[in-house]
Amino acid sequence: MSDGILGKKIGMTQVFDESGTAIPVTVVEAGPCPIVQIKTEKRDGYNAVQLGFVDRNENKINRPIHGHFKKADVTPRRYLKEVRVDTTEGLSVGSVVDAGIFSAGDTVDVSGISKGRGFTGVVKRWGFAGGRKSHGGEQDLRRPGSIGAGSDPSRVFKGKRMSGRHGGKRITVQNLEVIEADMERNLLVIKGAVAGPPNGLLVIRRAVK
Amino acid sequence: MNLIQSVESKYIKDDIPNFGPGDTVRVNTRIREGKKERTQAYEGTVIRRTKGGLSSTFTVRRVAYGEGTERTFPLHSPNIESIEVVRFGAVRRAKLYYLRNRTGKSVRIREKKQSSDA
Repeated sequence: MSDGILGKKIGMTQVFDESGTAIPVTVVEAGPCPIVQIKTEKRDGYNAVQLGFVDRNENKINRPIHGHFKKADVTPRRYLKEVRVDTTEGLSVGSVVDAGIFSAGDTVDVSGISKGRGFTGVVKRWGFAGGRKSHGGEQDLRRPGSIGAGSDPSRVFKGKRMSGRHGGKRITVQNLEVIEADMERNLLVIKGAVAGPPNGLLVIRRAVK
Repeated sequence: MNLIQSVESKYIKDDIPNFGPGDTVRVNTRIREGKKERTQAYEGTVIRRTKGGLSSTFTVRRVAYGEGTERTFPLHSPNIESIEVVRFGAVRRAKLYYLRNRTGKSVRIREKKQSSDA
């Protein structure tokens, strides 16, 4: 059995548990994902399955990709992602992984590409406090302040937090609880927030910790 | 029905009475004390309803012992046993925040004449 599945973030809402407490949840459309390729320790140096997700127009793909899917006897998919597995036994190319690999109460790690925020300043990117708005500090409202000492060391240390590109990175959130898993609707309801915009691609794997 | 609604549908209550801002309601909530469970009522004027599917809430304001109190309830919470509408009020706002600045006579809300929908 595969330990992971690809999904599409639908959005967030809340549900109630038995005690009536509201729990924030993310709704994910997960799978069904056909196994397109199996990587083995012997041949590739590691064990993994390559999963496909979201149908794609057959006329719009080039021949090498077409051949790759044909080999697995799977219709073309938009996304291909590998998920590591401990053993490839019992897995076959062409078989389908669905949301049923998880059940309520399991914990999962969810990876996605966070929302791209472009070039942002230090206040948004690193949470700097900025300057004061009054008492003569008006010109330093969102500035970073000092970036280090002067003559010694005569340079700015590597890794100094400054403004720059923010977001648009792969972010993994660990140990989220599965509240509901429904194979028929290809649905996973996961407690908490995950990275990325609605309709963003997610990789949902069994929790490593 | 989209996927989010299909997740929420299991929890959505269908026995919620028709009420809105300005109405006086009595909210019976379940309270668990140790192992015992009892019902507590909170009665007051609805000053706000927010819509959001399963996340919808409403806020009830009452003046208790001279102190204004407000409580916001999740509309579909399983801890709400029932909602009784005590009185329909005639108001011209959707959010009655102005009641917070008023005391005494000016807090009163006219009773709504019964229309065909009630």
